[in-house]
Amino acid sequence: MLLGLEKATVRFGGRAVLDGVDLSVAEHEVVCVLGPSGSGKSTLLRVVAGLQPLDSGRVLLDGRDQAGVPAHQRGVGLMFQDHQLFPQRDVGGNVAFGLRMHGASRGEQESRVRELLDLVGLPGAARRAVAALSGGEQQRVALARALAPRPRLLMLDEPLGQLDRSLRERLVVELRELFGRLGTTVLAVTHDQGEAFALADRVVVMRDGRIAQSGTPLQVWQRPADEFVARFLGFDNVVDATVSGQIADTAWGKLPVPEGAAQGPGTVLVRPAGVRLVAADAGLRCTVAARTFKGTHVAVHLQPVDGAPRLEAACALREAPEVGETVGVEFDAAEIVVLG
Amino acid sequence: MDVSRTEVAARRRFKRGGAARLGLLALPVAFFAIFFAYPVAAIVGRGLKADGTWQFGRLVDVLTQSDIRHVLWFTTWQALASTALTLLIALPGAYVFARFDFPGKQVLRAVVTVPFVLPTVVVGTAFLALVGRGGLLDELWGVRLDTTVWAILFAHVFFNYAVVVRTVGGLWAQLDPRQEEAARMLGASRLTAWRTVTLPALAPAVAAAALMVFLFTFTSFGVVQILGGPTFSTLEVEIYRQTTEVFDLTTAAVLTMVQFMAVGAVLAVHAWTVRRRETALRLVDASVTARRPRGAGQRALLAGVLVTVAVLLLLPLAVLVQRSLDAPGFAYYRALTSDDGGTFLVPPIDAIGNSLSYAVVATAIAVLVGGLAAVALTRRDAGRFVRGFDALLMLPLGVSAVTVGFGFLIALDEPPLDLRASWILVPLAQALVGVPFVVRTMLPVLRAVDVRLREAAAVLGASPWRAWREVDLPMVRRALLVAAGFAFAVSLGEFGATVFIARPDNPTLPVAVARLLGRPGDLNYGQAMALSTILMVVCAVALLVLERLRTDRTGEF
Repeated sequence: MLLGLEKATVRFGGRAVLDGVDLSVAEHEVVCVLGPSGSGKSTLLRVVAGLQPLDSGRVLLDGRDQAGVPAHQRGVGLMFQDHQLFPQRDVGGNVAFGLRMHGASRGEQESRVRELLDLVGLPGAARRAVAALSGGEQQRVALARALAPRPRLLMLDEPLGQLDRSLRERLVVELRELFGRLGTTVLAVTHDQGEAFALADRVVVMRDGRIAQSGTPLQVWQRPADEFVARFLGFDNVVDATVSGQIADTAWGKLPVPEGAAQGPGTVLVRPAGVRLVAADAGLRCTVAARTFKGTHVAVHLQPVDGAPRLEAACALREAPEVGETVGVEFDAAEIVVLG
Repeated sequence: MDVSRTEVAARRRFKRGGAARLGLLALPVAFFAIFFAYPVAAIVGRGLKADGTWQFGRLVDVLTQSDIRHVLWFTTWQALASTALTLLIALPGAYVFARFDFPGKQVLRAVVTVPFVLPTVVVGTAFLALVGRGGLLDELWGVRLDTTVWAILFAHVFFNYAVVVRTVGGLWAQLDPRQEEAARMLGASRLTAWRTVTLPALAPAVAAAALMVFLFTFTSFGVVQILGGPTFSTLEVEIYRQTTEVFDLTTAAVLTMVQFMAVGAVLAVHAWTVRRRETALRLVDASVTARRPRGAGQRALLAGVLVTVAVLLLLPLAVLVQRSLDAPGFAYYRALTSDDGGTFLVPPIDAIGNSLSYAVVATAIAVLVGGLAAVALTRRDAGRFVRGFDALLMLPLGVSAVTVGFGFLIALDEPPLDLRASWILVPLAQALVGVPFVVRTMLPVLRAVDVRLREAAAVLGASPWRAWREVDLPMVRRALLVAAGFAFAVSLGEFGATVFIARPDNPTLPVAVARLLGRPGDLNYGQAMALSTILMVVCAVALLVLERLRTDRTGEF
């Protein structure tokens, strides 16, 4: 393992910001830590970088305990949330900074700066002032600066956080390609699930300083570990249930669940795609409370007439009912997950 | 990257951050202990100790003397009156400089700051030339103010106009006008909007400026020494008189303690208002808030402020220059080079060389001590000890130069520290007065450097010292120059402390001016004007160079 955290704990005041976190990152792996703000993601990166001391636990890099190793000797790179480019240096000066700190010769610095600016798509920008760069360009310079000293681990704090949506979607693809080509080991944190799923080999969901779930993007998306993870991923059709056999008894009636589901009291998630609209006299009777256009489909918000919690259904554009209509709802076992 | 080799050594180094900070503080702490705390302790001992026992009754003895009570009363009320008059005259100026755009504004802003760095002796001399015996008003209309308190009050306004314009106007220019607009959209009249939105935001800055002016005028020495005559005497002047004329060191020591306590109280209030001032205000770039004056009212206000600046700030300086030239063939300037005047053991012109070399040494000391202190104080996690030291650093500024000079005189002239015969004594005293300016100029700039920039450098492989050199230093280089300039100007004009300890054969410019004024005759008077003019030009040039260097908001001064 390149990076290992063992029972890493950090307390601010009485509150544990990191609470016994165990995490490992293998060489060439891209791991994305996903969580709402205040879940301890940034602190995790600062702990690994050596900018934040641990209250207990250990950080291991290449198997060596990093206790007492200051930030500048850990050999990891960190791209800050708002880039933190040095304002008094030009683009080339920023990218060359880490190389100078490691005693690279002038010629070496120049060729590496040129190489990196080409790599991030800013060829010939070395003499530009950083204040004159757009947000996307600053982000690229920050990336080039972090990559320049060839860190054994590259960490990204909300790498695309401040950019607008279309730029973000383009850059996330570029980053993914770049890391694949360079074989960089990456630990990134973000609050944006789309970014995490697009970037990572493995996603780690954090909540209140603890790891709530860890797995490939597909695993996490298909089988959220608990209600918190499901809701954080944007699923709202979550309801208390009692499971027996292949039937879950819920406020929405008896729902079919897949074979082998955990038995007894629990929580059930119904993906919007698993909510099928049928004629008003069949299934669960609901009125349409609202509809929102999502591009590929329409999200229909349904209020069961018996007062049960609201449901969200995903409908094809042509089939979506109007607000105020009464419809019936049936459930699809393949889109239902029993949560832990 | 191969980091494994360095890991073991690095582990030992990691814990040294705190120790390094204490190391930075060691020099400033030692400097203040030896050259400030020790002399102050010596003053207390001299005042209250006799034959090895404490005599607190002396405090009462001195304070019940009627002439001392008179001095205390005058010191207090003239300071209050000066402060009120300064606010009255300077607040419209602050508004005009903050919110109006007019041709020549930048130059004028620099010009009104010149008096603040002028030596008090020059200010006194300039007002003497304007309102004193044989002065301009005397010649024109037979009006003399040098026997009244008005000369002192107006000289104080002259001196402190810039304090109010800078402190209040600086903030005013940065208040977001949209805050007032928001209030007006919610139904407030123009006046109500100003009263409920702008005034509360300005109040702490006005209070801070008023306190600073009060402090400067309460401890006024040079101005009162020259303009006060035998009638008016502040605590500072009385301490000087008791020491050099009456030779009553006990009374001088007790008076110094009284002043020390009064100043301490005022500084505590000042620190409190500064903290209040730091409440989050919406600040914007000053350049976007200024507008051209519109309408007769605004134009009249602008004209009024310009006339005030011309009469109050420029006229005295112009008269000073004119008086220095008021003899055929630059006679007064030429007289400065001859040593037959008997006032000094050397030609007065030598004072220029003395002043410059003392000021260079004092600046070096002040920048070193103040710079180290500012770096140590920058740390966000600074403990109570460090913050207490911050307040302590400000003391010499308020505690007054006379205290410093008097303290040096009685503390450093006998073993274990006998510096009486050493030339370094004068630069040390001047540096002590200059350090607070260096700290105040450097601290806000150092604090403004984002910690995360330093962290970014660390992650890229820069050691803490290297990160400071690569990230902080380039950003504060300009502030460092400004601080050095201030320390230089302050050292050059320093009078209160220097007059105690400068040796007769090595006078500085301000000391030479005061001595020339103390002697009768047109030639001495003219030479004083000529030397003052030279001093004014040197200080004004130093300041104007600084104005070009300083960024929008470097420090508090």
